[in-house]
Amino acid sequence: MLSLSSVSAGYGSFQALFGVSLDIARGEAVGVIGPNGAGKTTLMRVISGMLPLSQGSMTFEGEAIGGLPAHHIIEHGIAHVPENRRLFAKLSVEENLRVGAFIPSARARFAEQLDWVYSLFPKLKDRRTQAAGTMSGGEQQMCAIGRALMSKPKVLLMDEPSAGLAPIVVQQVFDLVRKIRGEGLTVLIVEQNVQQVLDVVDRAYLLEVGAIKLSGTAAELKGNSFIRESYLGL
Amino acid sequence: MDLYLLEAIINGILLGGVLALLALGLNLIFGVIDVVWISYADIVMCGMYGVYFLYAQYHLPLPLAFLLAILGSACLGVLVHKLIIAPVLNAAPLNQLLATGGLLFFLQSFATLLFGTDFRNIGVRLPVLEVASMYLSFARLIAFGVALVGAFALYFFLKKTYVGTAIRAIAQDREIVGLMGIDQRRIYLVVSAIGGALAGLAACLLALQYDVHPFIGNTFGPVIFMICVLGGLGNMLGGFFAAFIISLIIAIGGYYWSTELSYVLAFTFFIVLMFIRPRGLFTP
Amino acid sequence: MNINRILILIGLALLVALPFVAAAYFMHLVIQILIWAFIYTAWSLMGRFGFVSFGHGAFMGLGAYIPALMWTFWGVTPWIGIPIAVAAAVLLAVIVGYPCFARRVVGHYFALVTLALSQVVLLSLTAARDITGGSLGFTQKAVGHSWYALQFPEKTYFYGIAVVLWLAGLVIWQRIDRSISREALEAIGEDEDAAAAVGIDVMYQKMRITMISAALTALGGAIYGQYFMYLNPETVSGITVSLQIVFAAIAGGVYAMFGPSVGALLTLALTEGLRVWFGTEFIGAANTIYGILLVLCIIFMPQGVVGALQGLKFRRTPQGKSVRRISEA
Repeated sequence: MLSLSSVSAGYGSFQALFGVSLDIARGEAVGVIGPNGAGKTTLMRVISGMLPLSQGSMTFEGEAIGGLPAHHIIEHGIAHVPENRRLFAKLSVEENLRVGAFIPSARARFAEQLDWVYSLFPKLKDRRTQAAGTMSGGEQQMCAIGRALMSKPKVLLMDEPSAGLAPIVVQQVFDLVRKIRGEGLTVLIVEQNVQQVLDVVDRAYLLEVGAIKLSGTAAELKGNSFIRESYLGL
Repeated sequence: MDLYLLEAIINGILLGGVLALLALGLNLIFGVIDVVWISYADIVMCGMYGVYFLYAQYHLPLPLAFLLAILGSACLGVLVHKLIIAPVLNAAPLNQLLATGGLLFFLQSFATLLFGTDFRNIGVRLPVLEVASMYLSFARLIAFGVALVGAFALYFFLKKTYVGTAIRAIAQDREIVGLMGIDQRRIYLVVSAIGGALAGLAACLLALQYDVHPFIGNTFGPVIFMICVLGGLGNMLGGFFAAFIISLIIAIGGYYWSTELSYVLAFTFFIVLMFIRPRGLFTP
Repeated sequence: MNINRILILIGLALLVALPFVAAAYFMHLVIQILIWAFIYTAWSLMGRFGFVSFGHGAFMGLGAYIPALMWTFWGVTPWIGIPIAVAAAVLLAVIVGYPCFARRVVGHYFALVTLALSQVVLLSLTAARDITGGSLGFTQKAVGHSWYALQFPEKTYFYGIAVVLWLAGLVIWQRIDRSISREALEAIGEDEDAAAAVGIDVMYQKMRITMISAALTALGGAIYGQYFMYLNPETVSGITVSLQIVFAAIAGGVYAMFGPSVGALLTLALTEGLRVWFGTEFIGAANTIYGILLVLCIIFMPQGVVGALQGLKFRRTPQGKSVRRISEA
């Protein structure tokens, strides 16, 4: 469904990704793990169009999307939950969700999407008029995910959803990911919390210093000795 | 209370309405695009000339002249953004200020070139109402009313529409709005158009009361700046209320002394408040 | 003898020779260029560190009007009037500057506050129309050639004064450039908190440079007033003058010693050239072109002319910024 082929990208003279290739099939949940500075966030930004790619190509459902700006890519059905949530702090929860439904196709379905998101995140419904910035970390993460879901995407990109959250909340977030998967979404998660993410995804890639070092099913990676030593501390 | 003083106060509040419109426009543009249009008052000047020529020279009906002036000012706003602001969006703030400063210079000189330095009046004589032995200019009352309507319209637009909410969102986080399908550049153009339209609306209201000449922008431009800083740059609500506070000071000062000295008074008040609350009166 | 020494000697020789060979009109231009160059240099003492004032018209206006008024109405010699004007400008700088610096009014806020300041001085001058003549301006009482009244019909005398003034400005610029203050002020301009953290007395440094800049600007305004004899609030105070000062200093290049002077040369040559070209027919045409050029200059040559030329030789200033940043809180 989503396919990257030898994608390179960077910031000015600093190159962050070196010839990354990956594929995601419809309905899959795929993880990207790796240390800080590996380029995981850069990868997300390239896919969602925030960052242009300097080399390589990207296709989604057969269409070439490499080089499209972010506000076009979302129209294709790829939604990005950014690192650190990036909510509009002074807007209310519901206003944040409304912004998520900005594209014309989403506006038409606003009411029903809103109901769906509120059914997934009942706590958000309780706080619908509250300023988003005043909520707890976990609630903000739910709001950020909800905002991305408002555009009724086919693929959800999640950038470090567990960052800065307490362990109990992290658990809730990943339970949520399972639930979203259950609703038929394809998910790509970038994570530092290797243990949790490998329990949720079907497959995963290991990204180190801008290149894919390993890939395989979640089970394979969990059993991989390098991963076990370096990332699981076993 | 002295009746003349009351009259001055009311007139001050009425004028405040139009200044509030301009403060809203300037704050909107600054809040979203992060650039201060030093030449904003001169956009108003252009609008006033527009009204003058459409109505007094080409004899279009006044409402039509007003409408065209507002639309024209909106287009001017878009032009300003595309030609002057967009090239310096990523430059140092000083460059941005200088770019709009250069525009101020250009607009004033160009207007002098085209229209000369004569004062022109659109010649609309609206009645003066007598209310409880006070004389209130009908033009000023209308201006106040329309300004309030405009302010509320802006409020509803920003609160209730998708584009309006997007505008408020982009003011808080410019970078990620693209992820929600919002085209940043297009929003900037919309905001510039709205800013221009607000200037155009103010121009229509001011044209009813004052003569236009190329340098009229210098008379209320600095006042608008004081208002916006006092209310907190980018704070729409703050600017709205600060407009009335400053207008009151100018009106009361003008009553006791002269108009120019009332500006000095307003500025002194402004400086003193800068000591106490440098981020603006209403900034939390 | 190295090339710099030779250039300086040639320059000085030219300066000395000029009054003997040049026509009166040309001398008039040169005197204006020198006076404005001095004022722009004074502004750049603050501007180069990121403290961008849009209100120097206030200081110039005070400097121009106070000695002129004191002479015309009370017969007080400008030799006393000018120091008083300078003191007044410094006082104003302190009154407005101290709270701004104490409360970290910086960046856009500072620019707008100073803009309003210059306009308020203009309005005050206009309001006191019984004394100042308001927007019609006023002409000083002329007494012909007089050192006491600092008036000289012959251009050569003012030429000499202007040259001395200009050179003094450059010397002051250089002394500040070579002093420890320069490092301190650059640090403050980059990051005020960090500068304070390493023990720099931020308030002292900022106030000091502001007072110097205001004083020199007022002095420039005073000499301007003495030379032109006719004063008008619009030409020596207000937004337009303040913007003009900022533009010319930046256009010339605010980091280099001769930058503001080059700016004066360019802008005056440009305005004069345009005025001669358009004549009296199209009033405002010259300024219109001037305005367009200003905008283009800002967009395409943000480091100014001198900066752009220097940039060709070596990168000294960050590309794309005419002043690194307005000190942001």
